Amino acid sequence: MGRKLLTEHINVEGINTFEVYRKHGGYRSVEKALKTMTPDEVVEEVKKSGLRGRGGAGFPTGMKWSFLAKPEGVPRYLVCNADESEPGTFKDRQLMSKLPHLLVEGMITSSYALGANTSYIYIRGELLYVLRILEKAIAEAYANGFLGKNILGSGYDLDLHVHPGGGAYICGEETALLESLEGKRGNPRNKPPFPAVQGLYARPTVVNNVESIAAVVPIINEGGDEYAKLGVGKSTGTKLISACGHLNKPGIYEIELGVPVEEFIYSDEYCGGIWKGRELKAVVAGGSSVPILPKELILKTAAGENRLMTYESLSDGGFVTGTMLGSGGFIAMDETTCIVRNTWNFSRFYHHESCGQCSPCREGTGWLEKVLHRLEHGHGHMEDIDLLVSVAKQIEGNTICPLGEAAAWPVAAAVRHFRHEFEWHVTNAKEAAQPGAVYRANGVLV
Amino acid sequence: METITVKPQFSEAAQAEIKRLLTHYPDDRRKSALLPVLHIAQAEFGGWVSPEVQDLVAETLGLKPIEVYEVSSFYTMFNLKPVGKHVLEICRTGPCMLRGSDELTAHLERITGAKVGGPASADGLFTLKEVECLAACGFAPIVQVREKYYERLDTPEAVDAMLTELRNQVHRPALPWEETGLPNALANN
Repeated sequence: MGRKLLTEHINVEGINTFEVYRKHGGYRSVEKALKTMTPDEVVEEVKKSGLRGRGGAGFPTGMKWSFLAKPEGVPRYLVCNADESEPGTFKDRQLMSKLPHLLVEGMITSSYALGANTSYIYIRGELLYVLRILEKAIAEAYANGFLGKNILGSGYDLDLHVHPGGGAYICGEETALLESLEGKRGNPRNKPPFPAVQGLYARPTVVNNVESIAAVVPIINEGGDEYAKLGVGKSTGTKLISACGHLNKPGIYEIELGVPVEEFIYSDEYCGGIWKGRELKAVVAGGSSVPILPKELILKTAAGENRLMTYESLSDGGFVTGTMLGSGGFIAMDETTCIVRNTWNFSRFYHHESCGQCSPCREGTGWLEKVLHRLEHGHGHMEDIDLLVSVAKQIEGNTICPLGEAAAWPVAAAVRHFRHEFEWHVTNAKEAAQPGAVYRANGVLV
Repeated sequence: METITVKPQFSEAAQAEIKRLLTHYPDDRRKSALLPVLHIAQAEFGGWVSPEVQDLVAETLGLKPIEVYEVSSFYTMFNLKPVGKHVLEICRTGPCMLRGSDELTAHLERITGAKVGGPASADGLFTLKEVECLAACGFAPIVQVREKYYERLDTPEAVDAMLTELRNQVHRPALPWEETGLPNALANN
């Protein structure tokens, strides 16, 4: 069993309180950083750790930090992205509701590293109950001298606040999040300028995912080099995987990066196999935006090597035969799943969530949803299949933010790997439109 | 549904909470408090934000009314029409669909008599609303009611337990800054 750096104490009774969290080694990273390290030394440790952004993009966190502009006399901000909304992803909600102090501790240590004196946690509005939990933890941290003026006598001041969204997937995009935090519609901004130069209130800002901020705690406690020893190659450390769909044991698993996908799905230590004794059909490995892969390509690469839960192994083969680790939202689908219906569902999601600023996304996501709806409901044409690919291509790369790609990739991949199933929806339209209908090759489920 | 004829006012508890929230942002950035204050308004005034309530929010934060309207209409959590006593927000996105959200929606429509996207049930108790991913996919299918998640609603028993709990709620659960549930909140319906 791999090491658990974030969730080791998640089931300890009362770990959501300051007292119990502290007893289990909580807030050591704050003491170490504020008393024995300079801010730059903290940044250096995070760089050494190889930590990559856990929200989905996988950009090195230490490098992101080093881009932060530091003009004299201008306040800068750290904003935690807790707008967890990528379908299939529910790790941050679990982490924050069970271990609120881990995020608070990570925010203090990270804010110190960046020289921020005011920091925010932007949490999706649906999670107001988690906001209450975090506010309680923050109040405890203030009461114990870990927030406020002159923390631990170090001369460092920090105020930390939680801010709710209002229900909008797009606010997970960092500039839309900042707009939302300013009390506006969540329309992503044109870049440049990047948030590192002009972010919240046009001041230098770093936006990091909940899990990335939490990972700073073990990185500072144990050192960046120690953290980097876990994992494989450039996929260092541990990752929270949100496992859902047709699994025997859906839930959150903290894995050491490098676990084989097959072991993750089938071993009792993790998901315990596919429910109801069924066969696996397909997996969306990193949240709804990443390409879907059929069973044979998620378990093994095109070259026949075991697929591992790492950034590199999952993307082996590019988008032709590979996918992405993304946010770690791992959605398993059994043999009775209709891929067309599932793809339509995801397209409806992106159409609903498009902010409407860029025409290719606003119109294109609508086209994708409409064409998929008619295929799924027995009114499709054979040309529709290539039309989907064509629309997806016209969205990709032509929008201000990555929601366009997120909408296009799943459709392109579903057609790439399951074209026969789309064709069957045209040739056997009546049968395919029945509720629960699923494509069978020669009468056999595939 | 009663029509609001007098100008709505925030309760004292809510006013105090808004004052506290405003300390979170720079003095010249009061607009930042808009989303949190809209949440408070929706909780205070019967689960939706009428134009009058939105005007109150604008006045409270020193904003133009349009600055509130354009935001309340962008985010899906704010109900712009009257709702039943309880709004059941049913997740319809992929992972929930794989675990039976379509069947759950049909079941809820049958037993409450309300339709998704339509008016509240005849008894005024339930409004059904389909929403996108609620970030609880491992516990699918899911319904959110106010601040509470009801998870693994894949059996009639689990659904019944949720509905019974809601039917027995006289007042909505109190929020942290309130001593008790607001008397005017559920009574509005």
